Amino acid sequence: MQLAGSRFTDATAMLGNDLATLPDFPAEIRAPAGTLHGVSAFQIHFASRDILTPGDHPNVLVAMNPAALKTNLGALEKGGTIVANEDAFTDNNLRKAGYTANPLEDGSLDDYQVFRVPMTTMTVRATEGIEGIMAKDQQRTKNVFALGLLSWMYGRPTEVTVEWMEKKFASNPGIRDANLNAFRAGYNFGETAELLAVHYEVKPAPAEPGTYRNINGTSATAMGLIAASVKSGLPMVYASYPITPASELLHELSRHKRFGVRTMQAEDEIAAAGMVVGAAFGGSLGVTASSGPGLDLKAETIGLGVMLELPMVIVDVQRAGPSTGMPTKTEQGDLMLAMYGRHGESPLPIVAAYTPGQCFDAAIEAVRIAVKYRTPVILLTDTFLANSSEPWRLPDVSQIPAIDPGFATEPNGEDGAFLPYKRDENLARPWAVPGTPGLRHRIGGLEKEHETGNISYDPTNHALMSRLRAEKVAKVADEIPPLEVDHEDGAEVLVLGWGSSYGPIRAAVRRVRLKGKKVDSAHLFHLNPLPHDLGELLHSYRKVMVPEMNMGQLVRILRAEYLVDADSVTKVEGIPFFADELEAAILERIAT
Amino acid sequence: MTTNGHTNGGTPLPMTKKDFSSDQETRWCPGCGDYAILATVQSLMPELGVPPERTVFVTGIGCAGRFVYYMDTYGMHGIHGRAPALATGLAVSRPDLSVWVVTGDGDSLSIGGNHLIHALRRNVPVKILLFNNQIYGLTKGQYSPTSEQGKVTKSTPFGSQDHPFNPLALALGAEATFVARAVDTDRNHVAEVLRAAAEHQGTAFVEIYQNCNVFNDGAFDALREKESRKHNMIMLEAGKPIRFGEENERGVVHRPDGSLEIVDVADVGEDALVVHDPEHRDPSLAFALAHLAERPTGPTPVGVFRSVARPAYAEGLHEELEEARESVGDEELAELLGGGDSWTVPST
Repeated sequence: MQLAGSRFTDATAMLGNDLATLPDFPAEIRAPAGTLHGVSAFQIHFASRDILTPGDHPNVLVAMNPAALKTNLGALEKGGTIVANEDAFTDNNLRKAGYTANPLEDGSLDDYQVFRVPMTTMTVRATEGIEGIMAKDQQRTKNVFALGLLSWMYGRPTEVTVEWMEKKFASNPGIRDANLNAFRAGYNFGETAELLAVHYEVKPAPAEPGTYRNINGTSATAMGLIAASVKSGLPMVYASYPITPASELLHELSRHKRFGVRTMQAEDEIAAAGMVVGAAFGGSLGVTASSGPGLDLKAETIGLGVMLELPMVIVDVQRAGPSTGMPTKTEQGDLMLAMYGRHGESPLPIVAAYTPGQCFDAAIEAVRIAVKYRTPVILLTDTFLANSSEPWRLPDVSQIPAIDPGFATEPNGEDGAFLPYKRDENLARPWAVPGTPGLRHRIGGLEKEHETGNISYDPTNHALMSRLRAEKVAKVADEIPPLEVDHEDGAEVLVLGWGSSYGPIRAAVRRVRLKGKKVDSAHLFHLNPLPHDLGELLHSYRKVMVPEMNMGQLVRILRAEYLVDADSVTKVEGIPFFADELEAAILERIAT
Repeated sequence: MTTNGHTNGGTPLPMTKKDFSSDQETRWCPGCGDYAILATVQSLMPELGVPPERTVFVTGIGCAGRFVYYMDTYGMHGIHGRAPALATGLAVSRPDLSVWVVTGDGDSLSIGGNHLIHALRRNVPVKILLFNNQIYGLTKGQYSPTSEQGKVTKSTPFGSQDHPFNPLALALGAEATFVARAVDTDRNHVAEVLRAAAEHQGTAFVEIYQNCNVFNDGAFDALREKESRKHNMIMLEAGKPIRFGEENERGVVHRPDGSLEIVDVADVGEDALVVHDPEHRDPSLAFALAHLAERPTGPTPVGVFRSVARPAYAEGLHEELEEARESVGDEELAELLGGGDSWTVPST
């Protein structure tokens, strides 16, 4: 189903519609088909205006079996359309899904427009007689039949999908032909059958001029890291341990040897972080990624990075926790972990991407800060950003600023001495890589003497170094531009968000305004340090509302930092906010 | 000839021990076996032909971890057990460097066991020196993963319950390509083993028995004391029959089941002795030798147990990546970003 969803997405993007997607699948690889926990869903929202979320309530639900109907019916808008594969509504499947009667027949779906399509039968017929195709292969292509049917319903171009299948299955002509036949059969069925009365046509969305592609957060993060490697001239060493949903980044980056990207699959999360520190010491751009469970394990090494003051980037693709939690579901639960999840006073900069395409800019910003300030930087994304996609306007590569590694080449002390912890105007220390004559030095996790870097247990030195490390991170704020506020005169309520809740927040704000109410919104990209003007901004509103997919983490930081009565709206269901939930929350705050 | 950069009337001066010795005060306990190893390593380095700025020491936590501060090379004192991981990232991204890991028995076999075995199986180009003193020294005297079962320490007043690791057998089991052992005070032999380790392509694993005179004094007396070592030191030499003793009167033979046994040469004849072959692909002999002495309290083999050629981790990849990197710029980047299906929205 994920494949059918991503093909439909690509065809939609090619058409110039704006879109947002929400893949929703079980953690099990081949969870038993027909069971409620085995349902794999793909939600897409597209329109001829710019859209911000995958949609709260779909207009159309394609249910391949009773379990899919049962788990997704709740989200479908009342009066919406259901396209059901009636062949799959067998007694056995109905029982597995917990139905006592067939919902296609018992009148329980009377509020919806239901189309019963014998997808399995028609798929099997369409794929008969293809050489090398077994009965089970025929059955399997029914999702592609559904894709063809939907492509017709929404006027999606078929060429993109056909080309893709020809390429994807080039080595297996039997499978290729089966898929092509099933796809065409679905499309043709839609076109010819009287059964489907509605034919949707969605016009292209107006967009900024430029060249666009469809991109998900994982690819955008990978592209951003590669761009930063090219722009800094630093070879990238990417080490990670397989973990959902960050493994995709390893897969993506390992394909780019052409850009000198070295990927290493480490023996564990700790080693992945360690390899990155070692590579950074040697003068590489060290990057590791994980999700919450892995970030727990990397904490020790990130702390070493803070002490060594070496550049490194740690990407945390957040998922629902605690512990193993819900590996394939999204959450913003790791902000506190990123901020404070190390022993001792161990500050580091944090940036958070907020749309799939914006992961590109976020990755570059993380590298820029890491290199300039010689520090580990945590880049927060999440499952939703990683997996969902949107049209992305290609940046002008020549306009991406260069990143200067500024390697030390000369001694910086008296009489040719090298002082590894003598700081520059940004409080960053020199990056002197092995192989450089005259700059031999030793660094380590023990507290350093100011400037010389020698081991020191001196009380005042430790106080000084602790302060310097904190001040260095705080100085990053000097470069953060004032927070952009989506402002309306007279607004007394500010909605402040971070990360992937950007879409739902903007959509909710738009809805509130359409109702004639006034509300402002702003979104944080840098979470540590926070922008200089944030405190003053927060205090200029009667109410500040902070929606987060956690139990209220940013809100605590804001309250502690600015003594502001910021108000939390939270959701920990493993799925993004719905625009209508936030709309209601905003309206309530405007009214009181 | 490698030089220290200074010249004497135009002729570069050869490097000396001083070029590799830092100005930091050495802070191990007086009488610690680490002093002898440090002096040996500092003296050996100039011989290896790698200048100090291209030499890197990486250590973990424990007394051995301090080694890095006393070498005037590049160095990183890392975190407990993680030195092989840190060194792997450095060594693979900088094959022009000579990377050495110094670790202890707690550091590498307990908290860092995972990183050690994976470095060994990958055959990363690093030299790993395991200072085995069979005790936790820096934390003041708890039993270690190489302490004998039943050891009474602060954390085991009634004797430890743990069966110890055999470090060499563990390394061989992890597919290490170079495995050797030496004794701290035997400076010439340590230097000889380290020289062979330095020449090895891939991971070289060297266990050095190191006396902790404060918490585990005398653990290796059988091999360190002048009198007893004559009877106990089995010096392994490639291509030679394995024999030892004051008059070379004892030797090692295969039992019918393949295990090894110590015998009097007079009883079996010289031809019956096992001939040492560290380059044999099959690690069986090396493994049997590792188990010849379960504890270093009697006759114990030292020297190179195994030295076989296997491509080092990601060998040749570095050059390929560097070449690739040099040929990409904005144009290739733009091509990458625009890859896949794209469409253009014209300006109106």
